[in-house]
Amino acid sequence: MKIQRCKGMRDMSPVEMAVFRWVVGICRDCYIKWGYREVRTPTIEYLHLFTSAGTLTPGMLGKVYSFLDWDGWSGERVVLRPDGTIPVARLYTESMLGQGLARLFYTANMFTFEGGEGNRERWQCGAELIGAGSAIADAELIALSLEIVKKLGLKGVELRLSHAGLMQALLAKLKLTPEEQHRMFDSILDGDTTLLSEASRESSELGDLLLPLLSKKGQSADFLRDQRASLCRSIPGMRSPLDDFLKTVSILDDLGIKYQINIASGAGFEYYTGMIFQLFSGREKIGGGGRYDALISAMGGGDVPASGFAIYLDRLIKLVKATTIVSPQPRRILIKVVYDASAKEAFIIADALRNAGFIAEIDLDGREAGWILEVKSAAAMAFIDKVKSKKTSVRSVDEVIKLLEGKGGG
Amino acid sequence: MAVKIALPKGRLLRKTAALLQKADWRLDEYHSSMGFYRPKSGKFPDLLIRVFHEKDIPIQIAMGNYDLGICGLDWVEELLAKYPSSDVIKVKDLLYGESSLYMAAAGKSLDLRQNGAPIRIASEYPNLAEAFALKNRLSRFSIFPVWGAAEAYPPENADMVLLSAGGTADIAGYGLSPFGQVLDFSTFLIANRNSWGNKHLDKIVTSILNALPETSKSVAERNDDIPFSNTGNIRAQKPGKDIVYLALPDGHQQQQTVELLNKAGIKIDDYPSDIGNRRPKIGIDGVTVKVIRPQDMPLQVANGNFDLAITGRDWLADHLAQFPSSPVKEILDLKLRRVRLVAVVSQELPINNPGDLLRFSAGREEPFRLASEYVNIADKYARENHLGHYRVIPTWGATEAFLPEDADLLIENTETGRTIARHNLKIIETLFESTACLIGNTGSVADANKNKRIESIVKRLRTAAGNE
Repeated sequence: MKIQRCKGMRDMSPVEMAVFRWVVGICRDCYIKWGYREVRTPTIEYLHLFTSAGTLTPGMLGKVYSFLDWDGWSGERVVLRPDGTIPVARLYTESMLGQGLARLFYTANMFTFEGGEGNRERWQCGAELIGAGSAIADAELIALSLEIVKKLGLKGVELRLSHAGLMQALLAKLKLTPEEQHRMFDSILDGDTTLLSEASRESSELGDLLLPLLSKKGQSADFLRDQRASLCRSIPGMRSPLDDFLKTVSILDDLGIKYQINIASGAGFEYYTGMIFQLFSGREKIGGGGRYDALISAMGGGDVPASGFAIYLDRLIKLVKATTIVSPQPRRILIKVVYDASAKEAFIIADALRNAGFIAEIDLDGREAGWILEVKSAAAMAFIDKVKSKKTSVRSVDEVIKLLEGKGGG
Repeated sequence: MAVKIALPKGRLLRKTAALLQKADWRLDEYHSSMGFYRPKSGKFPDLLIRVFHEKDIPIQIAMGNYDLGICGLDWVEELLAKYPSSDVIKVKDLLYGESSLYMAAAGKSLDLRQNGAPIRIASEYPNLAEAFALKNRLSRFSIFPVWGAAEAYPPENADMVLLSAGGTADIAGYGLSPFGQVLDFSTFLIANRNSWGNKHLDKIVTSILNALPETSKSVAERNDDIPFSNTGNIRAQKPGKDIVYLALPDGHQQQQTVELLNKAGIKIDDYPSDIGNRRPKIGIDGVTVKVIRPQDMPLQVANGNFDLAITGRDWLADHLAQFPSSPVKEILDLKLRRVRLVAVVSQELPINNPGDLLRFSAGREEPFRLASEYVNIADKYARENHLGHYRVIPTWGATEAFLPEDADLLIENTETGRTIARHNLKIIETLFESTACLIGNTGSVADANKNKRIESIVKRLRTAAGNE
């Protein structure tokens, strides 16, 4: 029998973990400096947390790992967390309600089924800004996400903007039943706009109005500003989301942030109510987020506006080359125990070296290293510098440290 | 390699046999009632034919144990609802055995988007029921997978049922209102995806297709679509606080149960019922009876739908293997229908006791396959015997047909062991002895409002069963 990992799940080797830690470290640094505090939620949640109206689309729910718990005789299922935002909103609702503004971040793995060779486990590092509903809050998240991208050294990352409220207003104009409208919104969010194009082709008025809005990519904010009057005349419901959207966009303009507007850009979550943004590096989506003002109220937490985003770690790790990572690694020294009886001394010396900031590794398989310390007894040791092919007798830890620090390298 | 086909027993047997007769297959025993698991075809002497419960066939095809199969599309869709990438191809509609799956409730309509308590859906098709719930955005729901009698659950024990029926009139006959048609289906010829590409199935498939009647009729054309209505609210009334709810078994356990109840002086009208009445009247005040499948009882007692039930210890054990902390316990051994639960392998395998299992399974590449109606007992058995790489294949009866080709071990019940011996199988271990027993919800037994009535039933049954 061949032992192998579960299909779609991922291992991370020591080299990959180093990259992972480096990327997460940059995200963490940025989040913390912007005032965000770290949280962690469980891997398993109740399914109904995610099925409650307006949280995940049926398309996504059809791919969750759901099962009956060992005490699931009521027939209600639990799931492996398919999303990062909903559990954090749940945590806020459950134990932070009434504390006002909360800036929270997390690093967690998400589980959704993907056919074929797709990843079924995906890591993300996300931030949630709960309790603020302003355009400044939207701009904060976008600016924060771009700062992370910049610190990761990624060039040419494209920011795409959309607005869930605008999408909904457009759909409302199609005079669909609530069910059809839901289905269409879901299909757009699941990344499929064919339903929408078909529906809007049936009316010339809508065709004239919607198709330019929906199909053209890279619309500028000026286009929206110019069309504002006529759009609002045809679709009065657009006024409020459009104004909201333009407010956020103006701040981005002031901050000198470049973006593209693509109203029908899908791949979002049903809980979004306002601004939606996505980060692309080439064709690869490396992050995204949006405003979800109704989510906490749907969980019974009252009227609390919120927005958030996540950085998709699996995709970023592929883009970040291991060689570009410069992080100061502590210097490494291999301790060789010459006689079994000197093990105790070797452990004490290794401990002292670790306290002095070195990596001290006890040799177990006779390997070689740049720096080796042979320990015969507490007072009889030999320091070997392979690079310089030099062996020095030493009598104490202090002498070893002096040699290591004085001579550098390794 | 020989082509293998899985044929259905049960409701599709007669028409499938007729179709294959028209196709000149000259089957020796498919349509006979005795020992019909391995028929042979005069036309295709090399074709390996096995007969399964219809529900097992899509799984067998998807696993690649069989190249071709004939079964209702409902069971194919049930598999695909949960496992959309299953290797099953729908080859051809065979145009018989038509039926539909309806979502139904006891009232006229149901508020699907209610909040608060979960909507309970009972069905033999739990995967399709879950897909329905997700598609219709039920905010919170429970699925009760049942072996049968789903129609008996609403309104007290489930809010909705997904069930198969010939038409809306049949649903009305159950006293239910259909409010959504989930699937129209008929019998299909299905194939394993890899076999379809790599094996010579054409002669066999052609012979079946040529025997089909010339007709343009297709299930897609039948259309009595019912729109979903999401208004109103008919959530079931809360059960009476002091009423004791008792579940009695349907099927072949009824006769012995009636005799025991008579002996205990408990009178029940219309049980067993000639007209399929699932709510017979019991001659004890404050006790309400419903007739459901014994397999489904432990779960229904656990979730509080019933306080007491008469079922087999085998089904209680299966439930407890799935939910070890379940609030269901055996109250009384009724000493009826004594069977043994046994682990069974083919005579040909070098396995004579559980100790041999580990050696045998460790020595091979493929996962060890356990087939059973008792999936949770089988899973626990595999764990306790340290089988490294194993699979549990759920079955719906006729499990003997799985050995030796399609499974390595069965967990089966047997009265005499004769059926097992006749199929060239051997018993390697007896897990436990099962008899009918009275099970109860521990909360109900401790409930001051119900305790007196429960005690009185237990007392009468104890005397009748000879448990002094």
